[in-house]
Amino acid sequence: MTDLPVTGGPAGAGDTGVVRGLPVTATIPEGHVRMPDTGPPPAPPPDEPAGATSSRRGDRLFRWLVTGSGAFVVALIGAIGLFLLVQAIPSVLVDQDNFLLSRNFDTEDPANLRFGILDLLLVTVEVSVFALVLAMPVGLGIALFLTQYAPPRLARPFGYLIDVLAAVPSIIFGLWGILVLAPVLEPVAGWLQAHLGGFFLFAPGNSGIAGATVFTAGIVLAVMILPIITSITREVFERTPRTHVEAALALGATRWEVIRIAVLPFGRSGYISASMLGLGRALGETIALTIILAGVQTPFSGSLFDGGATFASKIALSFAELNNDLSAGAYIAAGLVLFVLTFAVNALARAVIARSGAVA
Amino acid sequence: MAKRLDLKDVDIYYGSFQAVDGVTLSIPPNSVTAFIGPSGCGKSTVLRALNRMHEVVPGARVEGEVLLDGEDIYAPNVDPVSVRRTIGMVFQRPNPFPTMSIRDNVVAGLKLQGVKNKKVLDEVAERSLRGANLWNEVKDRLNKPGGSLSGGQQQRLCIARAIAVQPEVLLMDEPCSALDPISTLAIEDLIANLKKQYTIVIVTHNMQQAARVSDQTAFFNLRATGEPGRLVEIGDTEKVFSTPTEKATEDYISGRFG
Amino acid sequence: MSTTIDLDEPAVGPTFTPISTGRKIRNGIAAVLVTLAFLVAVVPLVWVLWTVIAEGLSVVLRPGWWTQSLNGLLGRQQGGGAYHAIYGTLMQSLIAAAIATPIGILVAIYLVEYGAKSRLARATTFMVDILTGIPSIVAALFVYAVWIAILGFDRSAFAVSLALVLLMVPVVVRSTEEMLRIVPDDLREAAYALGVPKWKTIVRIVIPTALSGMLTGISLALARIMGETAPMLILVAYAPFINYNVFAGNMASLPLLMTVERANPTEAGSDRIWGAAITLILIITVFQLIAALLSRVTAPKTK
Repeated sequence: MTDLPVTGGPAGAGDTGVVRGLPVTATIPEGHVRMPDTGPPPAPPPDEPAGATSSRRGDRLFRWLVTGSGAFVVALIGAIGLFLLVQAIPSVLVDQDNFLLSRNFDTEDPANLRFGILDLLLVTVEVSVFALVLAMPVGLGIALFLTQYAPPRLARPFGYLIDVLAAVPSIIFGLWGILVLAPVLEPVAGWLQAHLGGFFLFAPGNSGIAGATVFTAGIVLAVMILPIITSITREVFERTPRTHVEAALALGATRWEVIRIAVLPFGRSGYISASMLGLGRALGETIALTIILAGVQTPFSGSLFDGGATFASKIALSFAELNNDLSAGAYIAAGLVLFVLTFAVNALARAVIARSGAVA
Repeated sequence: MAKRLDLKDVDIYYGSFQAVDGVTLSIPPNSVTAFIGPSGCGKSTVLRALNRMHEVVPGARVEGEVLLDGEDIYAPNVDPVSVRRTIGMVFQRPNPFPTMSIRDNVVAGLKLQGVKNKKVLDEVAERSLRGANLWNEVKDRLNKPGGSLSGGQQQRLCIARAIAVQPEVLLMDEPCSALDPISTLAIEDLIANLKKQYTIVIVTHNMQQAARVSDQTAFFNLRATGEPGRLVEIGDTEKVFSTPTEKATEDYISGRFG
Repeated sequence: MSTTIDLDEPAVGPTFTPISTGRKIRNGIAAVLVTLAFLVAVVPLVWVLWTVIAEGLSVVLRPGWWTQSLNGLLGRQQGGGAYHAIYGTLMQSLIAAAIATPIGILVAIYLVEYGAKSRLARATTFMVDILTGIPSIVAALFVYAVWIAILGFDRSAFAVSLALVLLMVPVVVRSTEEMLRIVPDDLREAAYALGVPKWKTIVRIVIPTALSGMLTGISLALARIMGETAPMLILVAYAPFINYNVFAGNMASLPLLMTVERANPTEAGSDRIWGAAITLILIITVFQLIAALLSRVTAPKTK
């Protein structure tokens, strides 16, 4: 009755993402009620008569301090949304265009603001999803390689290599992307346009500058989000309970089959949430895209070979020169949409985890 | 289906550390052999070497021969995967796959081998669960997750899973150590039944259990701390428990150490 | 018995149930694909690093790179250095770290040791989740909205630090939280059993046990914010000279220097960009090395 399901599974992984779900390692006799991993520390400290008042005062003070910090973070995010709204609403109200459907972003004249987010949204989503599609399978492969295939002695230095990728600042990726990678990608881009140009993704685009396209940007973004996906997925895979791996091995599973029946089911929600985090990072990436994407005058056609601007790159490019609150408000409104977008992606990631956690 | 196992001068190393030294013993088919001995004496290590599960630990290696009906399981042309497919194992703690239903847990091994026919899988699931004395308890909830069972039921589920692939030998690594006495009894009854079809090797800390379930008993011990474990004596369970040849065995069995 | 092996015999004797060829092939394909995935990731890494070193190494070896600013130099003039930008990068990130680290640690302690499953803890976890995903440009906009538009301060390096705080806090919370959760409950119970009050248990027992991992997390967070560029674009203007005052005036930083010099088509501009790039990578590497050392020094002794 009292024994817990002996899964180290993702149960309870819903609240902080992937850090939970540690495998249960201790041997627990049946009938012993055990605190869940995610629960509070086991027993309240015993009341100690000697010096009890001072220790209790210390306890109360400390509790207030840490609880206050928690409350502060909650209030902070609430404030973020609120203040962004306060700044954005006046501009949106005087917007001469439809904020959601317009493809213009003209904030030159504060008395005649014409701006909408449609193009920004389309470019942002396309470049991020393209990056995610490239990075997800590679990230999964790397995580499996590091946890299941690489010789244990090499797994650590190899993993460190991937971490180095995360430490490279995005501005450097951006410069590399436009100056070094883009010329190399040109023939590939040309081939795709020549042979698959009928499909809108590969249609010749509007970017006037060779390589300053969603295509290049997406590939660079994929490289940038790879370490995020890899490191979290790897961590989750490493936590695959040994008992599950051994159970699979004892059934006569090959290495790949062990992965399929023990590692992947255990790590799937972690992998998905890692990918979502990667997507969130891609959606908000600023400087690399500011550097790579060519500014264009024509609307976004959906082609990977278009230029354009994402929310973040648009804001970064224009904001420094702003000198009035109404124009700034237009960009803040765009920033708010980006905020909501990343929020939604995060929420989705959490939902995925919660659902898979419920199944296990 | 049951086959015999012969160990010839088996040494087991973890890297440069020698864990087990010179074990030679024979395990006849359709018998239950119990490995007993104090903690760290290498009995679990020997057990895991019988289906090459110790290779999970990097740097682990075995010298000597482990013969299944005369075939060396460590021969260079033998795939450890097929060894494990032939020699099943049940672990100390029940370890059903948490994302699989009870039924899917049982037939997991068959599915790996490419059996897709639902009828066959259902038949095997029922036969194996009956074989593990679990059928009556779970027949109405085969699609519930394996983790929803009690610890004792989970362990029998794991036994069902192990026998579903029809192994020749069944290794059990302290299968009852995480279970309550009633569940333990259920497993011990099961072992007595399984012996009809399989060769069984069980590691146990519980000497009454060894006495109850096994036909022959092997006592392992360390010469001293830091020394490799070795086989002290092996013989009919009755004889080992009543008139052991070695002093160390007698001390251990009578509870004087360990 | 294992006698001579006849090559015409099946590889595995009848004793062992053989593994089907299909399964073996699938196993092999998986191994190849997975290894390829790793190699695919190493290519851009090596390529980027090689580019940076090839273009920038000679620049940072020039005299004056580490000790001079670009004060008074024209865009096309060679010479000068990145001293002003290095100062800016270090100051802005260290101030951010000084603010974000205590907040992050306290929040993590709250979540692990006190929050349990209370509503506030759930809300906090949720908010930290959101903060984790917040784009740096949005964090910068927020600081702009509050610090500059509403409170009326000027753009300054400190505003950048505030934006970096927003980016750093969630990373510190996450890593600290994870480390605290790994500390076994047995340790806490042992301390309680000795009559140690809860807060002292946390400060004296739990945190030291988790310290090594916490430091690693903090340094990684620091590395992350050091490479940030977006807040600088919005919250402070570039200055080619040194400015020690973080609360007023324009201030350079390495990313900002690179962005500004992008508009400089001369060779001097290109040199400065790659020089700044390699400098930034070096600084981040140094902080990570320090972190690795710290974590090794503070790791609970096992011997």
